[in-house]
Amino acid sequence: MRFPVLVEVRLRPGIADPAGATIQRALPALGFDGVQEVRVGKAIRFTVEAADEAAARRQVDELCSRLLANPVIEDTAVTVG
Amino acid sequence: MTARVGVVVFPGSNCEHDVVEALGSLGAEAELLWHGDTGLAGVDALVLPGGFAHGDYLRPGAIARFSPIMSAVTDFAAAGGPVIGICNGFQVLTEAGLLPGALQKNAGARFLCTTVDVVVESTESALTCAAQLGDVLRLPINHFEGNYTCSPEVLAELQAEDRIVLRYATNPNGSVDDIAGVCSAGRNVVGLMPHPERACDPLLGSDDGRVLLGSLVATASVEPALSLRRHPA
Repeated sequence: MRFPVLVEVRLRPGIADPAGATIQRALPALGFDGVQEVRVGKAIRFTVEAADEAAARRQVDELCSRLLANPVIEDTAVTVG
Repeated sequence: MTARVGVVVFPGSNCEHDVVEALGSLGAEAELLWHGDTGLAGVDALVLPGGFAHGDYLRPGAIARFSPIMSAVTDFAAAGGPVIGICNGFQVLTEAGLLPGALQKNAGARFLCTTVDVVVESTESALTCAAQLGDVLRLPINHFEGNYTCSPEVLAELQAEDRIVLRYATNPNGSVDDIAGVCSAGRNVVGLMPHPERACDPLLGSDDGRVLLGSLVATASVEPALSLRRHPA
């Protein structure tokens, strides 16, 4: 079976996010007050071939840790299906 | 003997000729090695130069670490061979796990292109063995992702083992503990964000980089296992 996958790569808590901070600082100028905790990450979409959803998830978890994220500064949230 | 130094070229590297020129002026025989090669042509030392290897896609160094030549680079480093990563090369070495930590975006969200003072904090490494402790070097920096970070445990280890070889006199990018360069446990692998190869001739405004690349050439001219190994890697 082929499963659609969404991997969200996020900076770990405590890692500085100057891009997010810059966006947050720009928002009040457009009249959006009260927006906080802006964090910029990446969304990576693909499909994988696997016997079942659990197998697909195992494969995705491994490729996340080997390539898509640097565990020193990033973590991932995976959605399969 | 004349040291032979290989300079690894990835698609998107752009400082390799500066490194070759600088090494040549220091008496070494420098040659370019293509990232798609699987051997190192018998060189005595390696430099991973600056640039944007593989376009910096995904993260700087993330794709480069899977280039075919990296297996040989890893073996060479494990055997005690001197390996220097400059700027993007430093990012490749951290992604490849040859150096600890990671380079995140500069604090302040600015691309930095300037000249800074860098202090030699340890002379026991392939890049600093010819320098004096406390030497202040004027070196160019040119990066967006140069903010060195690591876990508190790794930082404590780097400090305890005297592996922070270069620090910024004034921190330009937010790096933890003002770190500009670190070395491996074996002290033969060194990464730094500043560009010593761009400071090897007074015409360029500084020749302070000569002592660093000169250290590499000196290290490459002798048996690395004898000259560098203080701890086993």
